[in-house]
Amino acid sequence: MKGIRILFRSISDSLTNIGRNLSLSIASISCISITLILVAVSIILSQNVNSFTNSIEKDVTIVVFVDREATKEEIDVVEAKINLLDNVESIKFQSKAETKKQMQKESDVFNTIMSEYTDETNPLQDTYLVKVKDINLIGETAKEIKTFDKVAVVKYGEGMVEELVKIFDIVKKITYIVVIALVVVTAFLISNTIKITITNRKREIEIMRLVGASNSYIKLPFFFEGLWLGFIGSIIPIFACCYGYLYLYNRLGGQLFTAIIKLVRPDALVFNLVISVLLVGVIVGAFGSYRAVRRYLKI
Amino acid sequence: MELIELKDVNKRYKNGVTALCDLNVSIGKGEFVFVIGASGSGKSTFIKLLYREEKPTKGSVFVGGINVAKLRNGKVYKLRRKLGIVFQDYKLLPKKTVYENVAFALQMYGLSSSEIRNKTIKALEQVGLKDKWRSFPDQLSGGEQQRVSIARAIVNEPKVLICDEPTGNLDPVTSMEVMKEIEKINKELGTTIIMATHDKEIVNKFKKRVLVLDKGILVNDMMKGTYKNERN
Repeated sequence: MKGIRILFRSISDSLTNIGRNLSLSIASISCISITLILVAVSIILSQNVNSFTNSIEKDVTIVVFVDREATKEEIDVVEAKINLLDNVESIKFQSKAETKKQMQKESDVFNTIMSEYTDETNPLQDTYLVKVKDINLIGETAKEIKTFDKVAVVKYGEGMVEELVKIFDIVKKITYIVVIALVVVTAFLISNTIKITITNRKREIEIMRLVGASNSYIKLPFFFEGLWLGFIGSIIPIFACCYGYLYLYNRLGGQLFTAIIKLVRPDALVFNLVISVLLVGVIVGAFGSYRAVRRYLKI
Repeated sequence: MELIELKDVNKRYKNGVTALCDLNVSIGKGEFVFVIGASGSGKSTFIKLLYREEKPTKGSVFVGGINVAKLRNGKVYKLRRKLGIVFQDYKLLPKKTVYENVAFALQMYGLSSSEIRNKTIKALEQVGLKDKWRSFPDQLSGGEQQRVSIARAIVNEPKVLICDEPTGNLDPVTSMEVMKEIEKINKELGTTIIMATHDKEIVNKFKKRVLVLDKGILVNDMMKGTYKNERN
């Protein structure tokens, strides 16, 4: 009961203190909001970069050309074996007749050439279009498929895919580093702002100590105060960035410059954004404040 | 053991200044003691040792059975809860009302709101400030602010009231009023009072035990002493 009373008193004191130190509280909240906007924007960018690279990576397909002489049963065996591979996400059979039709649709030249062939004389091969789970292992998966009986050729854009994966890897790493760096900078800025607020209340802490308040009793209201400041400070960036992104998404029609670069749907992004910004604000606020008070509790 | 006991206490600051030298003092329950001396005589250090704002370099300081010299930083509050402290500059929280300033010293015990209210009002009544409970410190006179700080110091019914130049910022008339308040606490509640001061008039008028410090040495310990019979 005693502990609960102290906890509730600390919470109510923290709210009263924000009101009574209003100008400093507003300064802290503004600083937190501005820095968290940077964090929110970087999260939006990194999610879009990730989504773009993932969609490109998902489009990479292994094309498995089956021997022309392979029987229906043998073709089924190839499919079953491919399906058993761990890294295979999906597999789609494309007969040579389908490939022919597709080529004819693609250009007039192909149409002219391919129309000379009947189904019997069609020089193309039956194929399997295989999508993989992990693009980094695409080379090994292709090699393994190549060893299967009745598999003539396996193609997946060797060389180019590896290059693409490397570049995307670097891009992803850069976005992560930017987000982490911004979070660290934000943490630093927020805890410094709160430190200034608390330096102003050095006397208050000193008096609390003199009348017999234990260190944890002194720290508790400051902890909650930092938590509220972080919470209030993160509301503005959350609303600004969510609505800003929604507006941008609708304005650009869900894509950036070209249909290849699709923007992440706002509903898929909002949850991550809200949780991340709120957590950074609240955690950094509460612990920044808690740590700042500690400085004044040493004799 | 007496309520307060200092044995062979030495205090030397980091800058090399020796503030107290081989100090031996015992103070019993219910005593009223003035600590006097010129500036730099060590009276402030003496007072600070009692509430563990400073630690002795050598020797032991016992307050209410607690060895202050060995008290860890995180446990200092246990000592301070047994004491009431009154300062020259009042040390009130400017953003809290009179009531909140006094009640604050009780809130850390996790008492119920009604218990806090009753004790706070009682303390404010004792210092004659019940009707000012809603005011903020900057709306009060110096004497009233000091009385709020006295109310805060006694609200917890401490065994010892430590006063560091409590009348230093007050005019003679107000000083006398505050002193009467403190004497009343000593007589009515039996609280031990230790007061550092250099107000001759007060020391001479109240005729209590007087400890005289000079350059960190206890040069006189007089019962019913005055500034007149001080040797220095």
